[in-house]
Amino acid sequence: MTADRYDALVIGAGMSGLAAGIRLAQFGRRVAILERHALWGGLNSFYKRGGRRFDSGLHALTNFARPESKTAPLSRVLRQLRLRFDDLHLGEQGRSRLHLADVRLDFSNDFALLEAEVARAFPAQRTQFASFVRAVREAEPFTTVDPSASGRAFLREHLTDEDLVEALMLPLCWYGSAREGDVDAYQAIILFRAIFLEGLARPRGGIKPLLDLLVARYKAEGGELRTHHGVESVLRDSRGAARGVRLDSGDELLSDRILSSAGYVETRNLCGESSAPADQGRLSFVETQRVLSQPSASIGALHTLVFFSDSLRPAWRRPEEPVDLSNGVIACSDNYAGNEIAPRGLMRVTCLANPETWCAYDEAEYRTQKDRWEDAICAAAAPYAADPRPLTTQVDCFTPRTITHYTGHTGGTVYGSPRKRLDGDSGVPNVHLIGTDQGFVGIVGALMSGISIANRHALVAQ
Amino acid sequence: MNREEIILAIQDIIKTIAPDEDVSNLKTDVRLRDQIELDSMDFLDIVMELRKRYGVQVPEDDYKELATLDGCVAYLGPKMQGKSLKVGV
Repeated sequence: MTADRYDALVIGAGMSGLAAGIRLAQFGRRVAILERHALWGGLNSFYKRGGRRFDSGLHALTNFARPESKTAPLSRVLRQLRLRFDDLHLGEQGRSRLHLADVRLDFSNDFALLEAEVARAFPAQRTQFASFVRAVREAEPFTTVDPSASGRAFLREHLTDEDLVEALMLPLCWYGSAREGDVDAYQAIILFRAIFLEGLARPRGGIKPLLDLLVARYKAEGGELRTHHGVESVLRDSRGAARGVRLDSGDELLSDRILSSAGYVETRNLCGESSAPADQGRLSFVETQRVLSQPSASIGALHTLVFFSDSLRPAWRRPEEPVDLSNGVIACSDNYAGNEIAPRGLMRVTCLANPETWCAYDEAEYRTQKDRWEDAICAAAAPYAADPRPLTTQVDCFTPRTITHYTGHTGGTVYGSPRKRLDGDSGVPNVHLIGTDQGFVGIVGALMSGISIANRHALVAQ
Repeated sequence: MNREEIILAIQDIIKTIAPDEDVSNLKTDVRLRDQIELDSMDFLDIVMELRKRYGVQVPEDDYKELATLDGCVAYLGPKMQGKSLKVGV
């Protein structure tokens, strides 16, 4: 057995882990990022099927901001990581849509479009919507909003039309809520800013070029990235404080600063600690990706994203059935400006799924169910965009089972635990949470999570 | 390091953190935050770069001493004595 001492160890090479690693390496700390898989990226990774690269996350990079807006989260993240805006090669969304039953609200990176759409569809809510937007702009979500407060209640403080409340709730839930039936109020504020007031974009080439940039930056600062290095457990001293990790190989690495992106429940498991049932996330997804022989727009799928629901009261919860076809998100990646997918299209559809059902199938049944539900998802999405099936040249589909395998998240959760720890407190001394369960979501949020926890607990503190 | 060198050192650090900012016309007696857009995270980076480049430690309680360039000169003067300027690191 070998023992090696580091200033900090980072568990997981997702967005938050890479960002934390860059910050630490940049200031001369000896740091290693430990990743169980062959590839980095975590939830936002990529894989190859039939010679084509697919992204596992990244419907959209939220928080789009032009470089002149220096206080925007994206600009702050880029400064902290010493990256340039132009290196990201971001292509902005075209028009996107909230489509719930017969309610349609279009939005784009020009916020005026959503304002006009709300005024058109909900004329009586015009003033209320303006007051809601003002409240979102002025709020200080991390210091003044109770972390467990309800996002829906926050919307209802300003908006009196329930149909509008639910229409706006749909993307807030889909792009970051780990809480069934609701979204945390502070998250609602951050997500509304990230999606509507800032905007959506996609890096040209998908997630890989962005990951390449982060990894190159990290390595240039002397950081060690160890793939195929799963953490088996966290080592603790007689007072219970972490003093290092044991790897799957049995090797030990020593450090009294551990930043874990494994998730709250998962990190506590690594430390030999239990957690409450209410800490376990329950929401997982099935997603299909359909490569098309023609651009999405040519078959009538004109929007970049469509958040859809067949009712005005969408259910944001773990379904009883394997997949909930009643609401979801359609992402037409080839509707982002400047994308490399053209002339072919790429349509992705995501729906809520029951992780227990998906993980219990035997291999043969799993394949059968996957094919069956993949087809059903395409049919469910068709009325809101277009039916991708006739033009499909390649299909790939992932389920809660795939997510569990690649992220190590118990139950295939995408947004992790419903109880976030904004201070990164894992309950174990020297172990700090980064990423999803620290509470910042989206790609920019995850990067900010790694940065802020690394700054606070591994740079300032030392 | 003399006054001019300390100012150059700080200007160069700001250029590293925020490459788009014009640092040549910064007033020495006005808060840096009021002249360029530096948030608390950027401010931390000034401190971290001082440590990285010059081995100078600034405890968190003293961050406020670095609010202006004049403040930087007064506070860092003794700590930077005998050190040589490193720019474009």
